[in-house]
Amino acid sequence: MSVDAEVKPPGARAPGGKRRASFKPRYPAWLVLPSLAYQIVFFLGAMAILVAFSFATQTGFSQITFGFSLANYKQVLDSTYISIFVRTMGMAGVGTLCTVAVGYPLAYWMARYLSDYKFVALLLIIVPFWTSFLIRTYALKIILDSNGYVAKVLHLDLMYSPWAVLIGLVYNYLPLFVLPVFASLERMDWRLIEAANDLSAKPFAAFRQITFPLTLPGFVTGALLVFIPMTGEYVIPAILGGGKYEFVGNVIGDTFNSAQNPTFGSALAISLMLALSVFVVIYILFATKEERFGS
Amino acid sequence: MAPRLNRAKAGFTAWAVVVFVFLYLPILVMALFAFNKPSPEAIVAHPGQDICTIPSDQLGNVSVWNGATTCWFSAGLHDPTYIPAIVTSAEIALLASLIAVTLGLCAALALARMRPRARVPFDILVYLTLVVPEIVIAVASLIFFVQFHNHVQAFPQLGFWTVMLGQIVFSASLSMLIIRARFVGMGDTLEEAAFDLGAGPVSTFRQVTLPRLMPAVFAAFLLSFTFSFDDYVLPAFTNGTTNTWPIVLYSAVRFGITPAVNALATIMLTITAVAVVITALVLRRSRAKIGRDNDDAGGLGATLGI
Repeated sequence: MSVDAEVKPPGARAPGGKRRASFKPRYPAWLVLPSLAYQIVFFLGAMAILVAFSFATQTGFSQITFGFSLANYKQVLDSTYISIFVRTMGMAGVGTLCTVAVGYPLAYWMARYLSDYKFVALLLIIVPFWTSFLIRTYALKIILDSNGYVAKVLHLDLMYSPWAVLIGLVYNYLPLFVLPVFASLERMDWRLIEAANDLSAKPFAAFRQITFPLTLPGFVTGALLVFIPMTGEYVIPAILGGGKYEFVGNVIGDTFNSAQNPTFGSALAISLMLALSVFVVIYILFATKEERFGS
Repeated sequence: MAPRLNRAKAGFTAWAVVVFVFLYLPILVMALFAFNKPSPEAIVAHPGQDICTIPSDQLGNVSVWNGATTCWFSAGLHDPTYIPAIVTSAEIALLASLIAVTLGLCAALALARMRPRARVPFDILVYLTLVVPEIVIAVASLIFFVQFHNHVQAFPQLGFWTVMLGQIVFSASLSMLIIRARFVGMGDTLEEAAFDLGAGPVSTFRQVTLPRLMPAVFAAFLLSFTFSFDDYVLPAFTNGTTNTWPIVLYSAVRFGITPAVNALATIMLTITAVAVVITALVLRRSRAKIGRDNDDAGGLGATLGI
């Protein structure tokens, strides 16, 4: 695979050779500093204030006293908010399963059966992925609208129902799942399947015992890549759920916009991150490992 | 064996067609309905009026086809709220992506040849900026910017600049990953040759590395721009009184369906789609030129769709 890496002069990486070592082309490590400083200030700094806010107390209108109060977190554990967390995770889980069910066969088809048109199919997946989320959700709303053809002709008024939110999730996140899964199926050596067939394995057995295990990393990455942002979804439940099926993200937004209760909102945001942290850690492990493997 | 294989292939192909219809039908319907007339009742209720000047709450049912008109495109393009917002979004996106690509390029150059262990902390930071839900980053940025301004008066108030500063967090990480993937994939033989021939780091960068990295830099720029331009969640909390195009669009979308919004959305979607297709073609061509290397072996390139 890695052609460039193999044609390196044999002595280039040899240890001990002083003269050689000085030839090793390397850009100075301090080039990372501007980026690092930016992320520390504007990302870690913001997250730190979020944590501080979540332990602070609201004293009067937009007056905040910092301290170490667990009151906000106690409020998160209230059954109202627990049920919103459960709904969010449930919808994201079901949404991920549906995305997998819709997207995996598509990725498989692209990798296994396409040759000349593979790039065209890939483009057809990439274009929606990079076009506006908001516009695509809006486009879906036109189709699902209570006065539209789906509602009138098919007698299927899904607007402002959990089904509309679910369709919106699958619709928007499908490309995000298909792309990494396609990438790992693309690296599959299909001769293994031919060999399995020659050894009289049934097609599904061959898939279960060869294709699926070999492409599992891409599958896990894709599923997490879809599940994680789904749990933080804000736009889809607001537009397609009509405010009736709010996700945690919407409640967080409300506490900052209308409810003017940012300390509680901060605790909700931190709780969402904690609830997700297991998945996030698994994802980062997979992502960094795969990338290192790739290099 | 062969007939069964063909049957499987036909089944998968049929499914793929269904999925592509699912992906594209809403967009096509939206584009089609940008040419839709107001309902007949609404036209009767506004006699003698240009049908595209009827207020959006009196259009009647525009989710069914009422006949064709092209006037929504000019109505949308002359709307006093939409166009300034689109200009603001374009300005923010341009600045944010220029800064993000510069930061990302520098970091990518330094990190690509760093020992894996040394770069793990930065990698984790980068991946965190990508996987932390945007709503969390948005509210964190909101309180951070407000506090910052309260303590350091020179720091800008919520508005144009805070939207830009917030978006760079994501797009700098994105740019770094795209550019680094390419840099690692290219290998360092040519840089080594340049060093051997006595070129310093600056001229090596200018004459060897940058030209070869250009496709990735270009892709990182376009994708950062697209992200900033289309982003709703972060600006919704950090915008102050500045209106960006997604913010205006969102309030229109929550309100209802208007063909003028369809028209503008269709124009925007077409522009993004063309930009993405061009990016993909550029990357593909350059990849073909330097050989099918392993720069997307980690699935990263494919994950980002490039």
